[in-house]
Amino acid sequence: MKLELRGITKRFGDFTANDAIDLVIEPGTVHALLGENGAGKSTLMNVLFGLYDPDGGEILIDDKPVNFAGPGDAMAAGIAMVHQHFMLVHPFTVAENVMLGHEQVKGPFRLLDINAAREKVREISARFGFNVDPDAVIEDLPVGAQQRVEIIKALSQRAEVLILDEPTAVLTPQETDELLEIVRQLRDSGTAVVLITHKLREVQAIADTITVIRRGKVVGTALPTASREELASKMVGRAVTMTVAKDPATPGDVVLEVEGLSVVDDLGVVQLKNVSFEVRAGEILAIAGVQGNGQTELTEALLGAVVPATGRATLDGKTITGLNIKQVLESGLGFVPEDRNEDGLVSTFTIANNLILDVYDRPPFSKGGALKPGVIEESANKAVEQFDIRTTSVYLTAGSLSGGNQQKVVLARELSRPLKLLIASNPTRGLDVGSIEFVHKRIIQERDSGAAVLIVSAELDEVVALADRIAVMYHGEIVGIVPPNTSRDTLGLMMAGAQQEEDAA
Amino acid sequence: MSDEIPAPAQGVAAASIAESPKTEPSPERPSGRSVFREIVESSTLVVILAIVASLILSGVLILFADPEFRAALQYFFSRPADTFQAAADALGSAYSAIWQGAVFNAGGDTFAQKIAPFMQTLTSATPLIFAGLGIGIGFRAGMFNIGAQGQIMIGATLGAMVGFMWHLPFPLHLLLAVIGCALGGAGWGFIPGWLKAKTGAHEVITTIMLNYVALYLLSWLLTLESFQRPNSDNPQSPVLDDSALYPKLFGSQFQLHWGFVLALLCAVFAWWLMERSTLGFQFRAVGANPSAARTAGMRVSMVTILVMTVAGAFSGLAASAQILGTQPSLTVGIAGSIGFDAITVALLGASRPVGIVLAATLFGGLKAAGPTLQVQAGLPIDIVLVIQSLIVLFIAAPPLVRFLFRLPTPRKVKEVVA
Repeated sequence: MKLELRGITKRFGDFTANDAIDLVIEPGTVHALLGENGAGKSTLMNVLFGLYDPDGGEILIDDKPVNFAGPGDAMAAGIAMVHQHFMLVHPFTVAENVMLGHEQVKGPFRLLDINAAREKVREISARFGFNVDPDAVIEDLPVGAQQRVEIIKALSQRAEVLILDEPTAVLTPQETDELLEIVRQLRDSGTAVVLITHKLREVQAIADTITVIRRGKVVGTALPTASREELASKMVGRAVTMTVAKDPATPGDVVLEVEGLSVVDDLGVVQLKNVSFEVRAGEILAIAGVQGNGQTELTEALLGAVVPATGRATLDGKTITGLNIKQVLESGLGFVPEDRNEDGLVSTFTIANNLILDVYDRPPFSKGGALKPGVIEESANKAVEQFDIRTTSVYLTAGSLSGGNQQKVVLARELSRPLKLLIASNPTRGLDVGSIEFVHKRIIQERDSGAAVLIVSAELDEVVALADRIAVMYHGEIVGIVPPNTSRDTLGLMMAGAQQEEDAA
Repeated sequence: MSDEIPAPAQGVAAASIAESPKTEPSPERPSGRSVFREIVESSTLVVILAIVASLILSGVLILFADPEFRAALQYFFSRPADTFQAAADALGSAYSAIWQGAVFNAGGDTFAQKIAPFMQTLTSATPLIFAGLGIGIGFRAGMFNIGAQGQIMIGATLGAMVGFMWHLPFPLHLLLAVIGCALGGAGWGFIPGWLKAKTGAHEVITTIMLNYVALYLLSWLLTLESFQRPNSDNPQSPVLDDSALYPKLFGSQFQLHWGFVLALLCAVFAWWLMERSTLGFQFRAVGANPSAARTAGMRVSMVTILVMTVAGAFSGLAASAQILGTQPSLTVGIAGSIGFDAITVALLGASRPVGIVLAATLFGGLKAAGPTLQVQAGLPIDIVLVIQSLIVLFIAAPPLVRFLFRLPTPRKVKEVVA
């Protein structure tokens, strides 16, 4: 099946998300759609998938124009999509999700044939080496496994065109390799795969055709043999340096010391097992690992959001475990949460108010329980300038900003206080190349000014770029702490844990 | 063990999805929270249009309640002019009754008589302003306080006790009675706040239940000898001392009392609290995003308790407008329907003090117009309730208002992010 998009245009008000985009997807090929966040890749795929009505242009299958009123039509035509944000029913099991929308029934009472769905899950799971239990409930699964369920769901529909929207964001390097292997198998069996991504490594590894999109327009095509610098500058529209400039660390005294920290969740599951490490002033310790391996619990325990079951953490010699969040923050911790929309910002608040979210009750922002709007505004304007937050006014809501600028607001807030320790979880998730550069630079500046920095990141590129030392987490434990020049393969193996531990789980 | 057959209900649900394979095109998932948002944050334009729409729609109801119009409608095709005449008469007398009953009575002999309706409107608005402010603060802090009714009853009880059990000189007695009202309401608000903070019990459920508890507690109290008015068989308390009552604002010719001034001061205070104080900053942050508030070091459970207590105190002050203002004797009906009307007032006023004062004045006017509407236009007094209910209905469904008035759908900036 040959899929063609001709002159697709999609506007949201004055904003043109897609501007006359042409795209031809041939069967049996991998077509990479490369572009920064907000370039319009996802919008384009949502148009193709029938989620948005295009304002112009047409979709052709085998040279015949088609009209998709909704995802159902697209699926019926053999197009399946694995969304960046998963579309799964959380209280349902894997098998139930896979059959959702395509239920098989059996017997005189037309009961749902859950066993057929289970079998399908097992079969696909075995074929591609996914380790997915058909009876697991989605909300109990880690994000990575949820994505595999999405892929199984798409594959179970015998899709001829499979759209993968940022599929590797949550995978280990090994899992990524496995996924790429699956993609190759699918391609060889005649399926067209559209890979939406901003990761150059994957594009180079697998794509047959590369289309680069910038600001809603196709800015060019490239061959997979193109260099990373070439692809990146096409994507961003200017020359990009792919590495962060950084002097060697000059570690000072131990600032954060974690000893035997364990966290047990509400269900009684041990999420963090006896973790010990230290971070010195003027160094960056990066925690690598696939999402859901205890990193969240670690940072929350350090913040004081969860009470650790055992162990303790000291900040500059003072015990912080057992303190509440406010006390911990006041002890000199800066915290950039992993989900900025959920935990970092109040999106309906103004930028100015978000910038004082954890210092509103301290001078100079308030006195005697009364806020000082003048001081708040002045300081907000300063932060907007220093952190290059692109906005026309500090009185716009944080929700109106792009992801990169939102993250700058969080960072500006946390870095505006004198810090002993900065903890940043996935500080550049969902940001464009330009913002990533900026955020990394600020984090390194903070290190150079003498703060201890703890970075948690699922992106190996980021870990390698920032870390002075790398701690790898797997199943709630630190597998090892290694120097930053450790090879990706070694790190990848560590992220997948030791074999005997996998069996134990 | 794991081979259970799925429950039939689940099967039915899944099957019905199968019949319509076209899934929801919106990438955003509708949640209870977003519906709540929609109600609380409706735009001024929508609110005004909702009022207009409800007046028009209630006009239709007024027509069909009018016997002359119905009679004329019978022979519409032979003499259509009669029908229109009857319609104009009915609507004219209804709307002029509302005007005369709520704003200005041109037929009055003296200036005082002429403006008496508006004074009555402000008097009726006073408790609604107090309670509306409390509920509005709750809304902005993410809490749906349905318990103003109970908070008013308990506030009134405490205020009344101070008023008829103690005998003190004027300003002190009034001050203590007002504090009694506020404390009673605050205490009754504290309970659901504490329950939510400590156990996660939803405040909608607990406040509704506490309304019943308050009602029957009050009924029981009124059977006690210490609460009985001497020489009376009715369940009502002794009349409060004059020294405990709000003085009349413009002399005895109008019912309007100093409670109204206090209500306006409270509106200013509520504005300061929410917009300018660190406490209000926490209230708003917790209401808008509790996770972010928590991560920023705010104590969400403490804020929850405080919000409900403050809201309760405002409801208690609403009680003072009744027990220390217009009805200086405790009865089971002391709260009227203020606690529920105030919810509407807070919604209508978009939870902002200025909006709440305006909305309370509108509702006070409708309440004041009720008797005139009945006497002068011969309409059932319930038509006022219908108008109020329709306003709420329209505000709760902004798409309906936008459709009726052909307004453009607001653009969702969120979708721009590709």
